[in-house]
Amino acid sequence: MEQFFQQLLNGLAVGGIYALVALGYTMVYGVLKLINFAHGDLFTIGAYLGLTLLISCNIAGMLPPAAAVLAVFVMVGCLVAILGVILERAAYRPLRDAGRLSAVVSALGASIFFQNAIMLIYGARYYVYPDFLRPNFTVHLLGVAVPGVRLLVIGTSVGLMLLLWAFIHRTRIGAAVRAVAIDPDAARLMGINVDAVISLVFLVGPALGGVAGLMVGIYYGQVDFTMGWMYGLKAFTAAILGGIGNIPGAMLGGMLLGLLESLSAAYVAMAWKDAIAFLVLILILIARPTGILGERTAEKL
Amino acid sequence: MALLTLSGIRVRYGSVEVLHGIDMHVEEGEIVTILGANGAGKSTTLLAVSGLVRPFEGDIRLDGESLLRLKPHQVVGLGVSQSPEGRRVFGSLSVLENLDLGAFLVKDGPKRSKTLEWIFSLFPRLAERKGQLAGTLSGGEQQMLAIGRALMAQPRLLLLDEPSLGLAPLLVRSIFETIRTINASGVTVLLVEQNASAALKLATRGYVLEVGNMVMEAPAKDLLADPAIREAYLGG
Repeated sequence: MEQFFQQLLNGLAVGGIYALVALGYTMVYGVLKLINFAHGDLFTIGAYLGLTLLISCNIAGMLPPAAAVLAVFVMVGCLVAILGVILERAAYRPLRDAGRLSAVVSALGASIFFQNAIMLIYGARYYVYPDFLRPNFTVHLLGVAVPGVRLLVIGTSVGLMLLLWAFIHRTRIGAAVRAVAIDPDAARLMGINVDAVISLVFLVGPALGGVAGLMVGIYYGQVDFTMGWMYGLKAFTAAILGGIGNIPGAMLGGMLLGLLESLSAAYVAMAWKDAIAFLVLILILIARPTGILGERTAEKL
Repeated sequence: MALLTLSGIRVRYGSVEVLHGIDMHVEEGEIVTILGANGAGKSTTLLAVSGLVRPFEGDIRLDGESLLRLKPHQVVGLGVSQSPEGRRVFGSLSVLENLDLGAFLVKDGPKRSKTLEWIFSLFPRLAERKGQLAGTLSGGEQQMLAIGRALMAQPRLLLLDEPSLGLAPLLVRSIFETIRTINASGVTVLLVEQNASAALKLATRGYVLEVGNMVMEAPAKDLLADPAIREAYLGG
């Protein structure tokens, strides 16, 4: 029972990270119908930038650990967001009218560019996050000792998701983002600047992805320049699982994938966790090709 | 000066030219209709005014200012809004959210609520269904929503593309009555319609578009009486 509870919380922590990254894929897909393959690398950049800010820029030395981590969260979010906007301007906007395949190739190119840039700047080795930054308290929940860092990861990702949900569903600009995802030309006729909405999506998505990278660094304590590949793939899977283009779907898909992985790692075998996760993906897609929350109703003509 | 002037507009999709030099104008306060068969280029003309398709030749002017360099949302900002062909309502958004998006550029909240009240008085059905998802509305209700949404921008010039398409005759009459009310409140209307007789009874002037050429322009009552027009567009 205790093991189950621990694995549940571990799954939610990993799932929260997948969900944050998945949101970036799904939002970009929503407005551009493009898979931003470079998104996983923005996630890696978030993890490395966090390391640089904490160690080389010595923010960890200037502030108490909790304040340092918080400051670095905000900075990483902002910096990766700026990178996301530059990526859209440089790699996607010039190809907007060139057909979807060109944009996909450009996305793959951007991914390779980022990955190699990180390798050239930091070198192709593992980096270890400073130990003292990792919150090392434990919380007793229902008689089980839970690492505090796990709860913090869950809390942060859920909090960010709630914020995003409120922004998309409770503000006029959020409604504009949804409108652009449904029908960009009709949105233009409403007076919505579609280019500005696309930039906004490339601001919010990468910010969440970068923060997720930082959380992985803190949670697992180490980063390497290829980590964006596997996390990107998993998050992309989560987005598909929930229904690509659907924001609550990405949240649900991420959480579900995280739970599936950690439970199958615990109860089946560590080596089988990815196989089981992808098997479930295949089964769900056979039953519901549009994903769990994917567009159900055909729009009336 | 005319509110809207199109001079020598030529548009092509890929290598196919669909408008071969359109000239027309709309005066402040008018209801002008464009008649024409399917594929004559009526919708393309409206899309060109809104900036969603770009003419490669000619000019479109609003109050003498060219619209050609502007992006679609900037055209809306100048007071030209459109209810597009096929209605294009945002199906997974509520009626209220759709209407609110129509007023995306109207930053003044009280002004928005006033326009909303006016639209609900024009289309009481929308008020009844304001919380419902737009995709679940009937065709007629979606049409009302599309027109209401375009009005939320508080336009000077309202472009309506086939507002009667697919609607029951009774509903068509009520929509056309509403268009008259909207016009009486000071909104100039440019109307594209296949239902020529209804459109001509409403309009002050009409244009006839044939495969990308403007072949005729006359006061609506003259077009209604014209034997050739009766033959071609009014079923004899």
